[in-house]
Amino acid sequence: MTPPTKSRLGKVAVAVLAGAVALTVTACAESGRGDGNQPPGGQAKTGGTMTFGAAGAPETFDPFYATDGETFRVTRQIYDGLVTFKPGTADVAPALAESWESNADGTAWTFKLRSGVKFHDGTDFNADAVCANFKRMYDQKGAGQSESVTTYWIDNLGPGFSDGAKPSLYKGCTVKDPTTVMLEVNNSTSKMPSILGLPAFSMQSPAAMEKYDANNVKAQGDSFSYPAYALEHPTGTGPFKFSKYDKGNNTIELVRNENYWGDVSLDKLVFKIIPDETARKQELQAGTIDGFDFPSPADWENLKKDGFNVQVRPAFNILYLGITEKNNPALKDLRVRKALAYAINRDQIVKSQLPEGASVATQFIPNTVDGYNGDLKPYPYDPEKAKSLLTEAGASNLAVNFYWPSEVTRPYMPNPRDIFGSIQADLQKVGITVNPITKPWNGGYLDDVDEARADLFLLGWTGDYNTEDNFIGSFFGSPTNRFYTVDTFGKELSDMIKKADAEPDAAKRVQMYKDLNRKIMEDYLPAVPISHSPPALVTSKKVQNLIPSPLTAEEFNTVTLS
Amino acid sequence: MLRYSVRRLLQLVVVLAVLSLLLFAWLRALPGGPVSALLGERATEESRRNLRAQLGLDEPIFVQYAKFVGRILSGDFGISTGVQTGDSAVEIFFRRFPATIELAVLAILIAVAVGIPLGYFAARRRDSILDNASVVSSLIGVAVPVFFLAYLLKYVFAVKLGWLPPSGRQSTDLDATRVTGFFILDGLLTREWDAALDAFEHLILPAIALATIPFAVVFRITRAAVLDVLNEDYVRTARAKGLTASVIRGRHVLRNAMLPVVTTIGLQIGALLAGAVLTEKVFAYPGLGEALAVGFQKRDYPVLQLLILTAAIVYVLVNLTVDLSYAVIDPRVRTR
Repeated sequence: MTPPTKSRLGKVAVAVLAGAVALTVTACAESGRGDGNQPPGGQAKTGGTMTFGAAGAPETFDPFYATDGETFRVTRQIYDGLVTFKPGTADVAPALAESWESNADGTAWTFKLRSGVKFHDGTDFNADAVCANFKRMYDQKGAGQSESVTTYWIDNLGPGFSDGAKPSLYKGCTVKDPTTVMLEVNNSTSKMPSILGLPAFSMQSPAAMEKYDANNVKAQGDSFSYPAYALEHPTGTGPFKFSKYDKGNNTIELVRNENYWGDVSLDKLVFKIIPDETARKQELQAGTIDGFDFPSPADWENLKKDGFNVQVRPAFNILYLGITEKNNPALKDLRVRKALAYAINRDQIVKSQLPEGASVATQFIPNTVDGYNGDLKPYPYDPEKAKSLLTEAGASNLAVNFYWPSEVTRPYMPNPRDIFGSIQADLQKVGITVNPITKPWNGGYLDDVDEARADLFLLGWTGDYNTEDNFIGSFFGSPTNRFYTVDTFGKELSDMIKKADAEPDAAKRVQMYKDLNRKIMEDYLPAVPISHSPPALVTSKKVQNLIPSPLTAEEFNTVTLS
Repeated sequence: MLRYSVRRLLQLVVVLAVLSLLLFAWLRALPGGPVSALLGERATEESRRNLRAQLGLDEPIFVQYAKFVGRILSGDFGISTGVQTGDSAVEIFFRRFPATIELAVLAILIAVAVGIPLGYFAARRRDSILDNASVVSSLIGVAVPVFFLAYLLKYVFAVKLGWLPPSGRQSTDLDATRVTGFFILDGLLTREWDAALDAFEHLILPAIALATIPFAVVFRITRAAVLDVLNEDYVRTARAKGLTASVIRGRHVLRNAMLPVVTTIGLQIGALLAGAVLTEKVFAYPGLGEALAVGFQKRDYPVLQLLILTAAIVYVLVNLTVDLSYAVIDPRVRTR
């Protein structure tokens, strides 16, 4: 046997040293696993775990500071509002408030609260908690008043805050007794009490908000920083409690709230963030997720054939062809705008570009909203009429910049390119010169549309709740809107919308909206409504009782796994 | 030598300053921006104007840049507006860095472990079936788009055969303990063997997809280098001296052929990180590449600035190290 050489000895020494280091480090790292597969705080039921593929990361877990659907999808499971929406509809229904009534002029709303409800931190939900929540919303300061941070407050109960710099719809909150609370608004609005079902106005634990500094949102550099409450300690009364957000693995885990006042079956609800749509589909096919939202309509048939449950929601949205009057004077002429409506073959678009269940829009609200005017007929496809109107208006040589968005699909617009292509061809047939301009959704499209650089553009809306104002008020409620009608009929139309919204008598209000819808379509036509298109969500066969919501606001507490 | 080093370091500072200015200006010259991403389709012209003012985006670009530099010097790279809203860009970087390193390391290991032996044997059996098949497969490796290959791999091995997970970094039901952020290492350190194995399984398909181009390059360079060396005089001499074939192959052919191969592998590591953007996106693998893809889509300036600037700094530092080592080797360089 030859004696070991110096270099061999060195190698052995290095190996021994590496082994020792590895052992030392191994001894230092403890597994943090608890009883990970059992829901904390209670008897293990057999509800199982559902994993849902989310298209993006939530912005925050404090819904008051959120604006995006991915955030609301998660927070909707953690929190309850005073009211909610009847499953499968957009109609308001009791939640933390069991009943409510308003005074005759619709400015004071008294809510009778559910008793015995507790927040996830064990504190009581009661009238004091309700007023603490509204006080917190109203008292926002600094960055908390930013358009992108408290968007829903500004759009619905604001725009002002308690500093009085701007007026607000919200007036105050009064505790009548532990289970009775009165909310006051400065003027009657059709939006009450539906807006209280928006996730942004969910009830959050006052104790947890104080403990984790919930109002400490700050503008920092190009963005906003959020407090620990919004990032790690969301505390509501909902069916699921926040468990953890594993950012390294892009998953959010919620566990069943054993003390929930309603029914809940699942042990755990996991949201797995998968930004790529094909990756979501393949995860479903591989069985590693149980469902995802907005499958492309082109995939519906194949998914069904593969045994998946494609659940088509009622179409509670609108796609419209926007018209901006600012840079193209011809578009200020109603005859020209009507010519656009006659030129577009919307039946064809609905049949060839949109999924099963889509319909031609006759006005800017879907037919499930009370103020829908059933007498209105869609502008028929009539190229000759379009040509004659253009000639009459002296716009036979009309040329338009027509914008369409790339890198996006929306529930109301599954394939922007094809829809644009159809409309472009229709417009060219009546002699309109189309200059197509495409930009990424967040890469200039929304900027250009909102800053009135587009003559024509494709855009739409999914309703938040079942009121007329949520549609036409959002589009035309302000004289300075993206259609740039400020120089023509913007103020007139906006005043009429505000008047209808403020009418406390429901029957009268509905009639006012019906009339308004007729006027918008016949006398103003600030844009051309195209279609209502049903978005879908897809789940594996084992997912039962998930009720598709027209608001795309599904609640997972109804879900059972077979 | 000291003066040379100081001079080069000063040049580095200037390069980085110019680079950061160009990057800053380029990002802001892109159409769109965080205001669109934050406000979405609910925006009005007024709300856009207000938000732009609030975030300081309406100030002259040089004022914005000066503030940006001031913040960087105090260690603040900003808060994400899209990739992980509310988290600092630095947190996001350090959280995702281990993911990309795990992926890149496995990809380069695959490329080397397959590319070098295959290149070597292809060269030794030139024009054989093995050689021709290998050349064709390396051509395919270069020619097939990564995203297509990625979807194909997922379809076959995850969807149809169910052998491997289709995407992500670890199964959601494992409750794995996090220690270093390197999931495989964490599983080993905490003796959560199932977590380590699961993380490894999640790496296999993306690593294969990412390895295809480096594999093709390593294979071709190895093959060419071995062919060159086989024709060298010293190999002929070794044969003439009666050395065994295995000694010739091991000591003379492979060792000499490895020089260009090793250089190539070094260059490929940079390319791997670039390739990770597409691979991570397709495999929903939460690394730096996916952060770049999402950040670009959502115009997340803080995250984009940090990631691109870090990549540039690494590149510049590597170059600097090479230059300094040249200066050590060749004194003439220092006097230039």
